[in-house]
Amino acid sequence: MNKNTNTLAVAKNVSGSIIKYAFLIGLSCIFIMPLVWMVSTSLKPNQGLFVFPIEWIPKEPQWHNYSRVFERVDFAGYIKNTLITSLTPVVGTLLVTPMVAYSISMVPWKGAKIIFPIILATMMIPGQVTQIPMYITWSKLGFINTYVPLILPYFVGTPYYIYLMRQFMKSLPNSLVEAARIDGAGDVRILFQIIYPLCRPVLTTIGVLVFIACWNDLNGPLIYLQDSSKYTIAVGLKSFMLSAKTDWELLMAANTIFTLPLIIIFFLAQKQFLGGISTTSGLK
Amino acid sequence: MPENTLAPNLAHNKKTSRQQKRFFWIGLAFASPWIIGFLLFKVYPICSAIYFSFTKYNMFKPPEWIGLDNYKELFTDPYVKKSFANTTYMVIVGLPISLSFAMVMAMIMNLRAKGMPLFRTILYLPSVVPSMASALLFLWVMNSRYGIVNNMISFIGLKGPSWLNDPDWTKPTLIIMGCWGCGGTAVIFLAALKSVPTHLYEAARLDGAGKWRQFWTITIPMISPTIQFQFIMGINSMFQYFTQAFVFNMFTGSAGQVTGGGPANSMLFYSINLYREAFDYLNMGYASALAMVLFIIILVVTFVAMRVSDRMVNYDVE
Repeated sequence: MNKNTNTLAVAKNVSGSIIKYAFLIGLSCIFIMPLVWMVSTSLKPNQGLFVFPIEWIPKEPQWHNYSRVFERVDFAGYIKNTLITSLTPVVGTLLVTPMVAYSISMVPWKGAKIIFPIILATMMIPGQVTQIPMYITWSKLGFINTYVPLILPYFVGTPYYIYLMRQFMKSLPNSLVEAARIDGAGDVRILFQIIYPLCRPVLTTIGVLVFIACWNDLNGPLIYLQDSSKYTIAVGLKSFMLSAKTDWELLMAANTIFTLPLIIIFFLAQKQFLGGISTTSGLK
Repeated sequence: MPENTLAPNLAHNKKTSRQQKRFFWIGLAFASPWIIGFLLFKVYPICSAIYFSFTKYNMFKPPEWIGLDNYKELFTDPYVKKSFANTTYMVIVGLPISLSFAMVMAMIMNLRAKGMPLFRTILYLPSVVPSMASALLFLWVMNSRYGIVNNMISFIGLKGPSWLNDPDWTKPTLIIMGCWGCGGTAVIFLAALKSVPTHLYEAARLDGAGKWRQFWTITIPMISPTIQFQFIMGINSMFQYFTQAFVFNMFTGSAGQVTGGGPANSMLFYSINLYREAFDYLNMGYASALAMVLFIIILVVTFVAMRVSDRMVNYDVE
């Protein structure tokens, strides 16, 4: 190869990577734009919303938009309620899911072979099918306007998380359990003292997924919570939308408060998001 | 464990059968929360949904048996027809678009570039936003007069459509919003892309295959199980499309006390219609029939999709 073609190749490479970076930066800008727009809107005065050309960074950030959200509706109460309806399911799931997964992956009994396919099959049942009879039952039992219908189902194990847990336990060496059994350890001890600590990565992933699912859930709270003092953020935001129709700066402030905890969790548990989920949610 | 004499063998068998019994009770005990949950939250509701679907029931009076009337009504109900058409649009048009988009995103995330972790994080970030929050955000972003998107479009001298008020544009708006938040799927595709052995590409390059050819003859077949899995899960979630449309419908069209369907009912999806029948009109019997039909549709479509795609999927991956 002579010198000329070499420099040509380098030039081609350089222009190629300029195009590549321009493309990546452009795409990233498009993806981040709505979120920037959300925060930017939340800091504008109401008259400033409809100004053209668009002001990306408000001249005088209206931080009090955020405090106005808390004055207009009981947003602090919504946050407290949402923490109850998100954290309790996390506890329930992290307690029960490993038990069921242990039973079907580490205890040699016949039931395991029957239960596992049923668990997989129940993942295919759409929520709408069970929703109506469950609503009727809960309302007959007097549990409307309580968190019981939202929380209790997480204390019996959710199929998808049992599946993730089982996949992980299958990858642990069986000799661990056998050795512990020979040493005379009971199964409760084996599960919670030996297996449980080893499952930390998948437990974190599941905990984060459950928290997000509950934090985001609109359908459940919409049906079961009627009293505004019980509202979670999702339903509270829904009723706030109706009362604050064109006050976009307030709606976007509320929306930012709703979204921010998840973004923080994302940055804290980034590995679980970008690594854990993709390795565990593959195929059987 | 080879045992030669008969006696120890018997003792051994006795021991194993006692052991087996013990394991049976342990297994059952550990699985019992799920078994109870399965009976209470799955079997019982499904059975009662089947029963309710043959009755007229508004929760105030006891259910009244009306046989197949709900199912007959369902086939002539214009709202069912409209909602089914809208939902089918999301499955047939929306799902392939968002899956292809996720695929392209995964390939972009797979490029070799400095600062890639940062780009990946940014592309993934929207999928962390709650679906309700992203719907509310897009109501503002896509606002036809003051929204950022139409502002950008007018900046280059064109006039953007009225995304949320034109019945032809509402579903595309939902699809665009779906693409914005499909980072989760993209990351799963990315993991699949990374698992394709590089020696296959090297061999193909030696044989003179171009990038395009490599993509269709190596990449796609090698990651086809992942595509199939995402496709089946996508069918499921598209048929149950609810939250985003519910939020959109609060702002658009003639939304009153009753759950709306957006402009010209263009965002009346099957689940929205079902929710309206059940929780606005309290037609629990009719809504149960709708739910049963949805269940059957999902089962049949999933089964067919699996059968058809099984022939295209390459399971020869390690």
